[in-house]
Amino acid sequence: MKKLFLTVTAIAIFSILSTAQNRTLPSVDVKTLNGGTINITTLENDGNPIVISFWATWCKPCKKELNNIAELYEDWQDETGVKLVAISIDDTRSMVRVAPYVNASDWDYEVYLDPNGDLKRAMGVSTVPHTFLLNSKKEIVWQHKGYIDGDEDELYEQIEKIAK
Amino acid sequence: MMRKISLTLTAACLTIICFAQDNSGEFHGDFDLNMQSYQKDALIGAEAADEIILNNAYLNINYTKGDFSAGLRYESYLNALLDFDDEYKGNGIMFRYATYTIDGLEVTAGNYYEQIGSGLIFRSYENKGLGQDNAMDGVRLKYRPLKGVYLKGFIGKSRTYFTYSDGIIRGADAEINVNEALNLESKTRIIVGQGFVSRFQADINPKLLLPQNVAAYSSRLNIINGGWNYSGEYAIKLNDPAGSATAEENNYANGNALMSSLTYSQRGFGIVAEMHRVDHMEFRSERAQEKQYIINYIPTLTKQHTYTLLALYPCATQPEGEFGTQVDVFYKIKKGSLLGGKYGTKISFNFSRINALNGGNSFLNDNSEHTPMFISIKGEELYFRDLNLEIYKKINKKIKATGILAKQSYNKDVLEGKTTYGTVESTIAIADISYKIKKGHTIRIELQELLADGGDGSWSMGLVEYTVSPHWFFAVQDMYNWGNHDLEKQLHYVNIDCGFLSGSNRFAIGYGKKRAGIFCVGGVCKEVPSSNGFSLTISSSF
Repeated sequence: MKKLFLTVTAIAIFSILSTAQNRTLPSVDVKTLNGGTINITTLENDGNPIVISFWATWCKPCKKELNNIAELYEDWQDETGVKLVAISIDDTRSMVRVAPYVNASDWDYEVYLDPNGDLKRAMGVSTVPHTFLLNSKKEIVWQHKGYIDGDEDELYEQIEKIAK
Repeated sequence: MMRKISLTLTAACLTIICFAQDNSGEFHGDFDLNMQSYQKDALIGAEAADEIILNNAYLNINYTKGDFSAGLRYESYLNALLDFDDEYKGNGIMFRYATYTIDGLEVTAGNYYEQIGSGLIFRSYENKGLGQDNAMDGVRLKYRPLKGVYLKGFIGKSRTYFTYSDGIIRGADAEINVNEALNLESKTRIIVGQGFVSRFQADINPKLLLPQNVAAYSSRLNIINGGWNYSGEYAIKLNDPAGSATAEENNYANGNALMSSLTYSQRGFGIVAEMHRVDHMEFRSERAQEKQYIINYIPTLTKQHTYTLLALYPCATQPEGEFGTQVDVFYKIKKGSLLGGKYGTKISFNFSRINALNGGNSFLNDNSEHTPMFISIKGEELYFRDLNLEIYKKINKKIKATGILAKQSYNKDVLEGKTTYGTVESTIAIADISYKIKKGHTIRIELQELLADGGDGSWSMGLVEYTVSPHWFFAVQDMYNWGNHDLEKQLHYVNIDCGFLSGSNRFAIGYGKKRAGIFCVGGVCKEVPSSNGFSLTISSSF
């Protein structure tokens, strides 16, 4: 049992090293704010960068991150064509608050719901906020756990690097 | 048996992985480690652990290739942190699955998490931080026969600690998005859903005839028009007596729950009005078992607070019976207006109130019968009430501030299952100010005050946090229970934390005293013991 596990892990790590360059989005369904269902692999942004940010209405640093980016978002879009997709992991306790909160906050992001953490688990997100950056081929090229003031500058540097 | 299955599955995974070598699928995953040392502190009631250091760790590995994926989670409790149940002990691969999708059919074998509607009749989920994981082990199918029609069915056993409960759980759900299904180009969107769950558990009670199959079903409706959104769900659970030794205690009544919400929002404004009524709706994977066996989820109808003193006395749903209402208002005062200033001002208001059902929950057996009134608010025992107002303002390029005022009533006897404590009435004020010193350097100060007579009396809290983006954070906080009626317990709970973040990795160490109480993360609360010592957290993903 132990030997097997070690072998599995060793091979897994080797495989990761050999395939780490092209990690893409997993095929998982999320809910839209108007009751629909979409598969996250269908996200599109005409070959421009996509930022995926996991958040929740009860998460202070998440809201801080998205509010701070909201002030810069128009400029970011003009300069790099980036699109931000905010995935709420609010469960059915606070899920109904997501749309009113997003609208009231004047956010221009695309927002989806992941109430039972299916996408969260598939993308290896253990705590929120957790931010991913996708390049023109929708490959994950950068990720960041947590948020402290000023982290948006690092994110933007990364976006600029891959913007056309 | 378990071991054999694990072995076979591991071998299966190995095969998959080898196969993957030639076909360049993708591997990714994440790792978490939580280590805590425990020193005895008689004053705060903190216990020392014989092991000195306790540790929980998890590693998730997922493999995907197109529409196929497989993965596993290795869990290690050597030994489990004190706030975890001691049935979490040792190491093991406690989660493994394989799934594929073809022509609209998704097949999963092994472990999975699933939810029907809001979860009133069924939810299997995990929250590692709280030691909660009732993953299913079995098979699940999802199918879309037509556009807008979503079907799913599953069968399996529910995880409890390091084993699986006796009950066999079967479930099915159908959801129809009417607009998608009929290709309707209408402003109004309608989604309906119907779920069904049944638990089988053999009746080995020598005296009583207990139902071996217990069913629960729920219907839900969602109507959306422009900024309006109505959502409602009604659930019924058929009689599920626990099989108590004394016949008087067995309750053969059916349970039911209703939840309903109406929201409206437009740019700069949002409002949410919600109610729920819960009557005898606890549903477990084994009859007559403890909390960890619960397989449904009744969302708590109060705001989930994140500031420490606002969450000092948190509400928890009473699944056996309660009636609640809640209102939320979000408003952003426009930039450039008198009150909005240069950057605008955000205001959010929340009110919630939870009370008992009239005469208690539904009850039925040979000796007595009771059905509570559908709506009864006035005169019923108050469980929880929360009135809070939050204002957020960016003052200039460097300073941001949040202010909160709240008034809470917390029925300690009901919510903590105690007696003679009564209701704690508290008034809370919070200020949270952050100041940007220079690019990347920010200092943040939190001041919190809770005034109360009941419970542990009044508290003050202060926190100073210094962050250097994108890598470092340092924080010092002190919670001071200056109003405790017991002079010996007027203590300071000081904590120092610092951490280093770099891309996909996060390291944090802390030292200090933690207060015993209810710890709430992600909508779930549990009681944690007092502790005193060092903590180390490592979180990483690839």
